Amino acid sequence: MASPSAPAGAAPAVSVPLSRNGKHTVEEVESITIRFAGDSGDGMQLAGTRFTDTAAILGNDIATFPDFPAEIRAPAGTLAGVSGFQVHFSSHDIHTPGDILDALVVMNPAALKTNLRDLKKGGILIVNVDAFGQNDLDKAKYKTNPLEDGSLAGYNVIRVAVSKLNKESVKDCGLSPREQDRCKNFFALGLVYWLYERPLDSTLKWLKEKFGRKADHKPVLDANTAALKAGYNYGETVELLPVQYKVTKAKIAPGLYRKITGNEALAIGLVAASHAAKKTLVYSGYPITPASSVLEDLSQPEMRRHGVRTLQAEDEIAAIGVALGASFGGAIGVTGTSGPGICLKSEAINLAVMTELPLVILDIQRGGPSTGLPTKTEQADLLQAMFGRNGESPVAILAPQSPVDCFDIAYEAVQVATRFMCPVFVLSDGYIANGSEPWRIPDVSKLPKIEITHATKPNSEGTNGATHEGGEGGGMFLPYKRDLYLSRPWAIPGTPGLEHRIGGIEKQDVTGNINYEPANHEHMTHTRWKKIENIALTIPELEVLGDADAELLVIGWGGTYGSITTAVDRVRKSGKKVAQAHLRYLNPMPKNTEAVLKRFKKILVPELNSGQLCWLLRAKYLVPAEGYNKVQGRPFLVSEIETAITNKL
Amino acid sequence: MSATALPTLTVKDLTTDQEVRWCPGCGDYSILAQMKKALLNVGVPREKMVFVSGIGCSSRFPYYMNTYGFHTIHGRAPTVATGLRLANPDLQIWVVTGDGDGLSIGGNHLLHVLRRNIDLKILLFNNEIYGLTKGQYSPTSRTGTPSKTSKTGSLETPIRPLTIAIASEATFVARTVDVDVKHLTETLKRAADHKGAAFVEIYQNCKIFNDEVWAYATDKSVKADNLLYVEHGKPMIFGKDRNKGIRLNGLKPEVVEIGKDCQIDDLMVHDEQSEDPTLANLLSRMVAPQFPEVIGVFRSYRKPCYEELLEKQINDNIAKKGKGVVEDLFKAEDVWTVE
Repeated sequence: MASPSAPAGAAPAVSVPLSRNGKHTVEEVESITIRFAGDSGDGMQLAGTRFTDTAAILGNDIATFPDFPAEIRAPAGTLAGVSGFQVHFSSHDIHTPGDILDALVVMNPAALKTNLRDLKKGGILIVNVDAFGQNDLDKAKYKTNPLEDGSLAGYNVIRVAVSKLNKESVKDCGLSPREQDRCKNFFALGLVYWLYERPLDSTLKWLKEKFGRKADHKPVLDANTAALKAGYNYGETVELLPVQYKVTKAKIAPGLYRKITGNEALAIGLVAASHAAKKTLVYSGYPITPASSVLEDLSQPEMRRHGVRTLQAEDEIAAIGVALGASFGGAIGVTGTSGPGICLKSEAINLAVMTELPLVILDIQRGGPSTGLPTKTEQADLLQAMFGRNGESPVAILAPQSPVDCFDIAYEAVQVATRFMCPVFVLSDGYIANGSEPWRIPDVSKLPKIEITHATKPNSEGTNGATHEGGEGGGMFLPYKRDLYLSRPWAIPGTPGLEHRIGGIEKQDVTGNINYEPANHEHMTHTRWKKIENIALTIPELEVLGDADAELLVIGWGGTYGSITTAVDRVRKSGKKVAQAHLRYLNPMPKNTEAVLKRFKKILVPELNSGQLCWLLRAKYLVPAEGYNKVQGRPFLVSEIETAITNKL
Repeated sequence: MSATALPTLTVKDLTTDQEVRWCPGCGDYSILAQMKKALLNVGVPREKMVFVSGIGCSSRFPYYMNTYGFHTIHGRAPTVATGLRLANPDLQIWVVTGDGDGLSIGGNHLLHVLRRNIDLKILLFNNEIYGLTKGQYSPTSRTGTPSKTSKTGSLETPIRPLTIAIASEATFVARTVDVDVKHLTETLKRAADHKGAAFVEIYQNCKIFNDEVWAYATDKSVKADNLLYVEHGKPMIFGKDRNKGIRLNGLKPEVVEIGKDCQIDDLMVHDEQSEDPTLANLLSRMVAPQFPEVIGVFRSYRKPCYEELLEKQINDNIAKKGKGVVEDLFKAEDVWTVE
């Protein structure tokens, strides 16, 4: 595999004689990483999303990384208000949004200042020169104008009067001057489409669908269409660059594809699981970055048609209470939040542990502690999920490794929760929640079955793997009589003859009656752990990728999969041996985990925290695992992990 | 039991094998007994009844009812009950809470469950004290109440539970007394019959930590002068000799003597069905000894419940475009084929 950020125009590029209009050469490159950056109000997220869709539809592999400030509209033009959207598109299989930019579009000086460090030397820098007045420079704290002071030497700077040209192109569409200016993201997008020889069709179609239905939206439709085309034609006409770059289709597995973000995949995965289980999905959340979009998605009219019941709760505590109550009532109860919300939900998670009801808890991790870095990514809630409650409180913990994997993990979380009657954590993160990639749409008929058995009659007689102590019986319902996996029966209120009471007080095994006896408490504590450990009997073993005979194993979890995988590939390509494993199940871990770890002399654990999985592995398995850690609110660069691996070899 | 026949239950059917562990003389015993009586003839089979509670003395209630039950965590019963209602529209769900559970730690949830009008029957046992933790003042304790944590007298203004319920747009609001068994049973039945969020405050005596706090409302020698039993469409008359009433003077209620200060026609007439909360609010703020405290149904009106509106949205969207199909959901965004 070539470097995901293979230099544009450099080897292994192939020169094709001339472009369609015969004016430029077209160079074929393997992959390109580009970032749109501007003020939060400049529409950079939208421009990036449209560019991504076009690349995906053209058959490139894609990975994206939106990066925006916590402030919705920080003062315009300031460093705090810069919003960026990075797209990596390629003619081969890619796993990350790219480390280094081949091209950067900046709409103002603040965007230039905060993003330039990520642009490679010689990279293309498209600058909106109209936004470089003294006032703009002051806001970005530039003492001299970078366009004039020589500080951009070494970059391929393309100066474009984006604001002026855009206004000129949309002046007849019937918008106010302010509205006209808001089209400039589409002018810039058109320009970039030209640069990478992308057709405008899918964006024009999108505009038509979005604004073509209502007559009063017509000026918006016309103006954005005009701006997009003007940007494209400008590139073509003025010969901005002597070359255009072309990224051909990727060789990806045949099938039907769509683009999907991690949070979209979670929402869809939950709905698919509820269909498979023939159950109502009840989702309750409280608005919190970066988890809100799951509640937003699930409350769409489309989702109403799937019978999804949502409730935006008054607080995080209520949200989980609603989800747990729904589970008690026989539905698939799910709540979603980020780290600060998990703090508030801890008590109710313990109630789910104690009452042994199914519950799915999505934690879209962000930088912490406290309010921390709301819009930035981190993997620092692992130990909170594992231990962050009073008493001994075992829960299942799953972690998706990519945006696409969020679908599978959501589906599996429902399977585990309902099969084992336990709370299941899904530890996603801001990086994969907002990042997107192509998703091969699965064949619904081939999705795993989710068969749920509810108790329908008294169970005090007969054996099902549990020992029934004491003399009760004779057609009673025993809510804590366990099956082979130690899971208890799920009896739904409304079922005649199975009336029973559950709660947070310690209970006698089998009968479920309140019980404070010392030996019973110890037995129940161990049983709750054992039940969670039994999940390992039903999940796939840990797979080792790369060189099985290497000295070094690189093991990670969750959203770092893409960067670790790419780094391991690069190291192996350079002729060195290294093995890789990635945990999707953190509690319990796959049953061969210890055996895998003990096969390697050295173990490296890259994490976006201070070493939480590393701590767990060392504590559980007494292995010499060492961490490679980053806690900057940003994902790993592939090069960082590559260096860390190389240093261990 | 056929689906159509009204189930007939006995008190024994509703009694569990669990030993009741409230203190001797606790008002909760009476409420438990009247609850069972009230449920005998409400036409709901016991497997469709669910009791959900929080934490506190009152919250032990579910263990003593042979129905489905969920003893949750402190203050959160309304949230769990809401989820249960979303999952199952057929159940009759009771929430049992107390002044600390419902109005202090769970105050926020109470407000929101009422405003959403979730179909739940919420009983707040008000004993003006924390009993299970052994005698600290509660959010309903009167100013000056001495307790374990207010030896020198509570400094706080008490919450009026019904004022809060009315302000939160509850569609059924009532008050009753633990020892008035007839009125208690009737009120519970009315709550059972209400569709929507029903809120009932029950004056409940804590024998151990706040004994006789309701003496003025339960002692036969004085209670007639301290309580006003309201009925829909009837003038507000009270007193041992039934010679006192409530008249509106401007925006303020006043106690008047019938025949001396006024005639019966001059008295306020109770209207529990009004959608306007003014009258109910005014009644909720009448406090002894200046006024008689109002017992009965303050307001009862029908408004769509959250879950009914949600169900309607689901049905309307299905009617428009058909039931959701997973394949279509996958393809809701632009798709492309790779060959």
